[in-house]
Amino acid sequence: MDQFAVKVFVRLRPSVLDPAGEATKSASIKLGAEGIKSLRIGKMIEVKIEGNGENEVREKIDLLCDRLFANTVIEDYEYSLEKL
Amino acid sequence: MDNFTVGVVVFPGSNCDRDVSWALEGCLDIRTKYLWHESSDLSDVDAVVLPGGFSYGDYLRCGAIARFSPLINALDEFVKSGKRVLGICNGFQILTESGFLPGALVANKNLNFICDDVELDIVSSKGGWFNYGDEKQTIKLPIAHGEGRYHCDSDTLKKLVDNELVALRYKNNPNGSSFDIAGITNEKGNVLGLMPHPERACDETIGGTDGLFTLKSLILK
Repeated sequence: MDQFAVKVFVRLRPSVLDPAGEATKSASIKLGAEGIKSLRIGKMIEVKIEGNGENEVREKIDLLCDRLFANTVIEDYEYSLEKL
Repeated sequence: MDNFTVGVVVFPGSNCDRDVSWALEGCLDIRTKYLWHESSDLSDVDAVVLPGGFSYGDYLRCGAIARFSPLINALDEFVKSGKRVLGICNGFQILTESGFLPGALVANKNLNFICDDVELDIVSSKGGWFNYGDEKQTIKLPIAHGEGRYHCDSDTLKKLVDNELVALRYKNNPNGSSFDIAGITNEKGNVLGLMPHPERACDETIGGTDGLFTLKSLILK
């Protein structure tokens, strides 16, 4: 069995308004940061997972992302995978 | 009401389960039974209410974890058999997460947790959940949510509108919901999800009785 470290990024789809991102953008500007054109907040999920090779692990992660980690009505996801 | 029994689902973090039971039993003389989320036995209930609250602490997304409970799995057959399911607030979020209803509920546009009475237009007779007549009917119900902004893509919205699946619309949209949507039904009409709380509007002494009709309609066949 191989072990992998996976980092999943879940983001609101571009078409979905992100009020928390807007509020943070506003605070960033108040802090004095200049030039911020856009700020959107997502989630990062770290998973350590075992499996027989990368393909099997990708299948499992795809299922998790599609069914649990992200709600694809409002969110997109992507992930990176590193063999440990 | 004979032996008609409404199952009120209790998740860890539900907080309107007792309100729903009180409204059904005390105001409408309808028998209720609490259903723990780990149960998958729906054999002795005739309708199901998914109450408001913060199931599983709203971890990940509102309703996302509740979706995987044995009870929600069992709900699939229950809904297919035509029995009635009402999801209120967090219950509505669970119904969208689990695919019983389309779309999703996301953070309110102004980021506030809104706790208020709102005026709602009844816009469909689907399922008989509301007192829908020839003349436009407006009711007043309380809302209490931070993530009640209904969102769906334009194709889904068109389908909702074309098939008269939008049940309730806010008169003054408080949270930025698409098309002012406060509640929708499935195509068959036996599943209703809504953000307002009908169980909190079942007695004049607590501010109104506009929620009675919807709760009473749980006993419709």
